Amino acid sequence: MKRFNVPILLVVLLTTLMGLAWFEVIDLYIQTIVLFMGINIITSTSLNLVNGNMGEFSCGHAGFIAVGAYVSSILSVALFTKSRTFGAPLLPPELAAYGFPLVLIIGGLAAALTGLLVALPSFRTRDDYLAIITIAANYIIISAIINIDKIGGARGFMGMKRVIFAMEKCAEIPWMILWVFIFMVLSIIIIRRYMSSTYGKGVEAIRQDEVAAEIMSVNTNRIKLVTFMISSGLAGIAGGLYAHTIGYVNPKSFDLLKSTEALVMVYLGGMGSISGSIIAAVVFTLMLELLRPLQIIKWVAIPLLLIIIMQFRPEGIMGNRELSDIFPRLKKFYKFK
Amino acid sequence: MFDTLLQNLLNALQWGSFYSLIALGYTLVYGVLRLINFAHGDIVMVGAYIAFFISSLLLGQYGMPAFLPGWAVLALTIPLTMVLTSVVGVTLERVAYRPLRRKGANRLYVVITALMAGLILENGNLLLLGASRKKFPEMIDKVVYKFGSVYVTNLKIGVILTAILSFIVLHFIITKTKVGMAMRAISYDKFAVPLMGIPIDTVIVFTFVLGSSMAGLAGILFALSYPILDPYMGMSIGWKAFIAAVVGGIGDIRGAFAGGFILGIIEIMVVAFFPSSYRDLIAFSILLLILTVKPTGLFGVAQTTKI
Amino acid sequence: MTLLQIKDLTQLFSGLCAVSELNLNLDERELVGLIGPNGAGKTTVFNLASGFYQPTHGKIIFQGRNLAGLKPHQVSALGIARTFQNIRLWKEMSVLDNILVAQHFHLGYGLGSLFFRTPRYLKREREIRHKALELLEIFKIDAYAEEKPGNLPYGMQRKVEIVRALSSGPKLLLLDEPAAGLQSADVNELITLIQWVYDQFDLSIWMIEHQMKVVMSLCSRIGVIDFGRLIASGTPTEIQQSPEVIKAYLGDDQL
Repeated sequence: MKRFNVPILLVVLLTTLMGLAWFEVIDLYIQTIVLFMGINIITSTSLNLVNGNMGEFSCGHAGFIAVGAYVSSILSVALFTKSRTFGAPLLPPELAAYGFPLVLIIGGLAAALTGLLVALPSFRTRDDYLAIITIAANYIIISAIINIDKIGGARGFMGMKRVIFAMEKCAEIPWMILWVFIFMVLSIIIIRRYMSSTYGKGVEAIRQDEVAAEIMSVNTNRIKLVTFMISSGLAGIAGGLYAHTIGYVNPKSFDLLKSTEALVMVYLGGMGSISGSIIAAVVFTLMLELLRPLQIIKWVAIPLLLIIIMQFRPEGIMGNRELSDIFPRLKKFYKFK
Repeated sequence: MFDTLLQNLLNALQWGSFYSLIALGYTLVYGVLRLINFAHGDIVMVGAYIAFFISSLLLGQYGMPAFLPGWAVLALTIPLTMVLTSVVGVTLERVAYRPLRRKGANRLYVVITALMAGLILENGNLLLLGASRKKFPEMIDKVVYKFGSVYVTNLKIGVILTAILSFIVLHFIITKTKVGMAMRAISYDKFAVPLMGIPIDTVIVFTFVLGSSMAGLAGILFALSYPILDPYMGMSIGWKAFIAAVVGGIGDIRGAFAGGFILGIIEIMVVAFFPSSYRDLIAFSILLLILTVKPTGLFGVAQTTKI
Repeated sequence: MTLLQIKDLTQLFSGLCAVSELNLNLDERELVGLIGPNGAGKTTVFNLASGFYQPTHGKIIFQGRNLAGLKPHQVSALGIARTFQNIRLWKEMSVLDNILVAQHFHLGYGLGSLFFRTPRYLKREREIRHKALELLEIFKIDAYAEEKPGNLPYGMQRKVEIVRALSSGPKLLLLDEPAAGLQSADVNELITLIQWVYDQFDLSIWMIEHQMKVVMSLCSRIGVIDFGRLIASGTPTEIQQSPEVIKAYLGDDQL
């Protein structure tokens, strides 16, 4: 019966969280932190696919997050709410609860498409050129958003709270917890399935010896493309969830600092380790919140702490291992694929 | 029309000088260590602040009697700043990067450490000096030369000439001196170099000295040209200079030098003809286009893989 | 039946002529050697045959098909597999995974069936895995299936690399100095192994080797190249007596 252990655990966790939120045991602030954790897990695991498993150095993850955030926000606001920018809702707002996941996925697809555009030139280049191309892409995306006045330009875009209200008309449950949880689990499943397939093992082969991979029949260009698109697509979904969690987006919140945060989570967790990325995302989110009272000191303390951690564990928290490698007994308990 | 173009070109050369000087530091460290030293932009900021304190001190702030004329203060500030900035750069290498290298960490962990070090420099500065911006003192009187309708300040000429001169000096060091040759040797084969009896750590420290002093110089020149200092001034200019270095062909100092000027020219020209909010959008699109056409950068040589 | 046909093959590296107007034929079911002094261009020929370089001039025709313009992974899907001079296994993956990845060209499922774990995907993964395990068993290295190749002794790594190349079911196996770095006892074992592979599998083998013992005892024909040109070819005994070959190896003035 071990194949049911993980699903049961996840359902219990989700209902507990939603119950706690429903009965207002945990206030909005804590709920937001929990949501951020979920979103950061998507961010870090998806970036880990490119930077950890594939061994490339993508530095502009926030650019894809921004694309997903904007596309899904604009869609959901235009479709389900009355707004000054887009006028009356295009669809009955009651549909928001069903339409929202679709909108998120479209945001993810848009981000994946952007990822495709960014990745294409990077195939003719080597090593750290992907770093540059993604940094430049991050700049370009932010700059493009700033220059589109229709979606608020530098002021940002808002109205997503009303989408949540529209969903609550359907049923009054903490919707965002539900969606973040579902998409977090989905993206972990996607990454996990991808990396455990023979197809996905080609990604590891590329990292360890690209020449050998190509000669041993791995279509390296295609795999790189697919992997990069999965990574940026999931980042887009994280962006959509982020935008709807805080209710407004601003181009500045997707700058290179945000990309840096994603990088930190990946390398803190350990390159190529999914559980490492998850743990790092949770730890990092908590760290950001717990140290908030320190104000500006926080932004000295956190980097300092990270430098010190890296001095003691230069391979990240988990290295390239998974939890089940460290605690083999876990394998008896779960079968998660 | 021609005059406007010429005026813009001069501005672009000045603006490109900063990028070039910073890109040189990036490319030196990258060439030797294959490390993207993301803290480099913030080293520039540190350089600007060091220059601010030295010059203020010499100009009679903080209770020191002012006994030197402005030009002498500047002449003293430049070398002092370069020395002190390189101390900061080398400290970073010794404290943060070298231990990681010794432990055999994946080089990307060193890159992340560099990113973190940059954040510490920025926010540490904010913490120590507060959020108020600093006004960089004026040490030499501004002289404006007028050619037709084109205006050139002595500062502008100074900046451009300094950038060119530093490149020439650097080029000489890299190609003609023993330590420069050692630097290039490390970039070819870092395993063989210690076997040849070359002290690899000394060479690396020297690389950081060179790179950081260039950053210090860029910091002073930037502060002289745009005399408002704030802790985040180095961040974006640093990222951009890195991109410039890659477009030039990272690891090659000619590439960094050229790349810096190319980025400067593109940015100024974009602002001259488009709304300034389009600057990043157009500039980076052009750079990406260059990289798509010439993936190794302008001066980069394609590496061949041996089987 | 001709398996591989090399016609006027020339490869220039920025002016340096690594391979020059090489003509060679390889039949089906043949075990052929390629020898020559260091830097003669042997590995370059292999790199051309596996699609890693595109020839400057000339053609490589494999089973009637011109390889020009094909990427290495496409060439390997056609049935040319190879090993490398300095073993290039994926060192952080298990031996089994190494074998699995080499079957990338005939996975036979799309991304959709991968993510949804369709029966087709599960079936194909099972088959591929089964085949890989079977191969490991045949070569008696199934005990190391979960080991990382980096932890295995050198000779064993050579063996794993040959198995990896075989796993894609090639018609032509290119062995690039399989005996390099082996001790003499291991070399004898390697000779037996290669002969066994040749007998068991329906393929041709083309090998580069410096150790004369290996080439002379295995190959039915040997080609010798020097400075990128074919200077002699024939049976091992013919080669041993060819004055051209002796000159190339020992130099002019020694005789």
